[in-house]
Amino acid sequence: MSVAQSNKPVAASFWNDSGKKGIGSWIFSTDHKRIGLLYLYSVLGFFLVGVVLGLLLRIELMAPGRTIMGAATYNALFTVHGVVMIFLFIIPGIPASFGNLVMPIQIGARDVAFPKLNLFSWWLYAIGAVIVLTSLFSGGGAPDTGWTFYVPFSARTGTNVSLAVFGVFVLGFSSILTGINFVTTIHRLRAEGMNWGRLPLFVWSLYATAWVQILATPIIAITLVLVIAERVLGTGLFDPGRGGDPIMFQHLFWIYSHPAVYIMILPAMGVISEIIPVFSRKPIFGYKMIAFSSIAIAGAGSLVWGHHMYTSGMSDTAVMVFSFLTFIVAIPSAIKVFNWITTLYKGSISLEAPMLFALSFILLFSIGGLSGLILGAAGTDVHVHDTHFVVGHFHYVMFGGTGFAFFGAAHYWLPKFYGRRYREKPAIVGWALMFVGFNMTYWTMQVLGMRGMPRRYYDYLPEFANLNLVATVGSWILATGLIIVVVNLWRGLFWGEPFGVNPWNGATLEWTVATPPPTENFEEDPVVTHAPYDFNKGVGIP
Amino acid sequence: MSHPEHSDNVGAKLGMWLFLFTELLLFGGLFILYAVYLARYPHEFSAAGRELNVTFGATNTIVLLTSSLMAAMAVTSIKRGERGTTLALLAGTLGCAGIFMVIKYLEWTAKFHHGIYPGSPKLVAGPPGESVFFGLYYITTGLHGVHVIIGGAILSWIGARVKSGSINKGDNVALENGTLYWHLVDLVWIFIFPLYYLIL
Amino acid sequence: MTTDTAEHSEHIVSYKKLIAIWVTLLVLTVATVLITRADLGAWKVWAALAIASLKCGLVIAFFMHMKYEARLFRTILFVALVTLAIFIGFTFFDVLYR
Repeated sequence: MSVAQSNKPVAASFWNDSGKKGIGSWIFSTDHKRIGLLYLYSVLGFFLVGVVLGLLLRIELMAPGRTIMGAATYNALFTVHGVVMIFLFIIPGIPASFGNLVMPIQIGARDVAFPKLNLFSWWLYAIGAVIVLTSLFSGGGAPDTGWTFYVPFSARTGTNVSLAVFGVFVLGFSSILTGINFVTTIHRLRAEGMNWGRLPLFVWSLYATAWVQILATPIIAITLVLVIAERVLGTGLFDPGRGGDPIMFQHLFWIYSHPAVYIMILPAMGVISEIIPVFSRKPIFGYKMIAFSSIAIAGAGSLVWGHHMYTSGMSDTAVMVFSFLTFIVAIPSAIKVFNWITTLYKGSISLEAPMLFALSFILLFSIGGLSGLILGAAGTDVHVHDTHFVVGHFHYVMFGGTGFAFFGAAHYWLPKFYGRRYREKPAIVGWALMFVGFNMTYWTMQVLGMRGMPRRYYDYLPEFANLNLVATVGSWILATGLIIVVVNLWRGLFWGEPFGVNPWNGATLEWTVATPPPTENFEEDPVVTHAPYDFNKGVGIP
Repeated sequence: MSHPEHSDNVGAKLGMWLFLFTELLLFGGLFILYAVYLARYPHEFSAAGRELNVTFGATNTIVLLTSSLMAAMAVTSIKRGERGTTLALLAGTLGCAGIFMVIKYLEWTAKFHHGIYPGSPKLVAGPPGESVFFGLYYITTGLHGVHVIIGGAILSWIGARVKSGSINKGDNVALENGTLYWHLVDLVWIFIFPLYYLIL
Repeated sequence: MTTDTAEHSEHIVSYKKLIAIWVTLLVLTVATVLITRADLGAWKVWAALAIASLKCGLVIAFFMHMKYEARLFRTILFVALVTLAIFIGFTFFDVLYR
């Protein structure tokens, strides 16, 4: 059977060298690479579910009035779209899939610090996912509160909020365990010579992310417990009629959910920091500042949650404090953008799929970041709060940012782990359609928001009809591009051309091991002697 | 695996401490609410706090401090290879946990009997600040009690491993980590006691 | 790669020391009860919190062995505590000034 015809890598690798077979060898595996792939399939599957939900929302919004569903269904749909995309795709997204696949190899380790805990974290993800899915089809049906579960509505609505938030609670523990594992791994399992100043920037970003996962996630955990207590026990802690304060729910919710967006974006930025130097054939500009900025984003991002609450009734003092602090968070993000661009300058640019996704990340994330400033400034926020401007903003950073980075990472790294590669032309076509469709969909939303179209409303004024149609058509172009990208990856990774050890000429440790890597990653523990983007020296044992 | 697994005690402890931080933040959320509502309802919190039994609260504080002592002593004894002493100390820790839960049960049932429980008509009809106090009281001590039970289960499992010899003088980081979890239970109560029982 | 051979030789806290700490904790518990009986108004809360923090410090340092661990452990504990302090403190920018 020739290599090109078989759909499995033929050499001994983590796919077949453990001696175990069947699904049990996957769902009970403690190999970080297998766990990474378990996560990859899970998060990608839920991403596609979320995409379908989003497309249905856009079909409903295509024209004023009822198009394909009633208002109650619409409320449930945008809630589930948010819950699936945020808790089942983006938050685990890059760290749990690519982080698990790549990070231990990048630091020269054989696995993470707690391999069994790693497997358990995936099982918690799977269980949490099942609980969330069950909540959609049981009890009072899918929650209709928005993914933010604000009281008082979440305490009173008859939909299945309690079960859904319990599922999110379980998912939170999965995230926490990943964070604990990664911090310990990065502190304890670096190979000889892999000091902090030589860590790949992807690892720095995962480190910062892991700290946010550890410190912020427990707050959403307790908040969700409190929502269940409101509903089931009637504790009344957020009920003004009982002495409670609904704004306190918002504080607790956003104390996690703002840092959560940094869980979403930091690993994505780490991916970009890996791809840009390799595809510019140039060491990254300002390594130390990029590493430091990851920590700074994690830290500063924990200070600004109130910028989601400017119109909530919170004190003017708080409004001003949080607005001021929000501007500070923009600075380390901007540092990264400047450093990426400077890396490109006078580099030998190679425009393959990973690089296209990385370059478009920079543009789309910057647009999202700038609209974030408009939202972060309290004065302008009052005009656009709870409009489609917000929806446009977060899709730019989460989809144009993290989403595109996810696909960049997929094209960059997955061929290494599957031993086969995607075809370049369909990848570029898919990317181009995604890029055009994306902007058509979400730029339009920014305009609609500016003009006053609220978010989470089932219907809208007739003057918004044309732009809504444009956004919906944009979503179809985007979806077409996505399908091409995903199918191209799927076909290539299983049936494509063999990939080789280091076709991208990367200088980080994952490019020194076999393709695909063996279970042990390294035959001998590597000794690291130089920086991660030093393309002249190569890597490995001198 | 062709290479033997090496043990990394520092790494294991690091992981445990990181997990303890998540517990700190979990209870921290409840303390955020307590702080805010105390600032808003100082008199009602005092009045409601007076309805809690200081003797029970203080006894439970001493019980948990003693349990922590025994857990810490168990780490010393296993590192000295004193298997029997370790088992006795762990049993003592579990005994204290049991006493704690009994006292808690008595406190709660007494309160229920007086019509003080989340959503009770008495609380709904009474001053809002007192309703909030007791809502927080039940959630916080309830969550704490869950952790006492979990901690007890963990220490029981560890006790079984000490008995079988898989935790011993040379390999005992699991015991250390188990007692670290137990100390967290004590730490949280060190704050619950004054904030709920002594703010009068 | 750091292994156990690079660690300090096993530090064991003596029973005597642990019991001494326990006695101190009991004394501090009594102090907490007494100080909250005094007529200090709002300062009662801060006094009680101060003693509670001291008790926690003792439990962490000796019962939980933090005094004898690598500096990294103290640093990360500090980070966690500062994080919680910020979450509480910044919430008060709202609650205090409504």
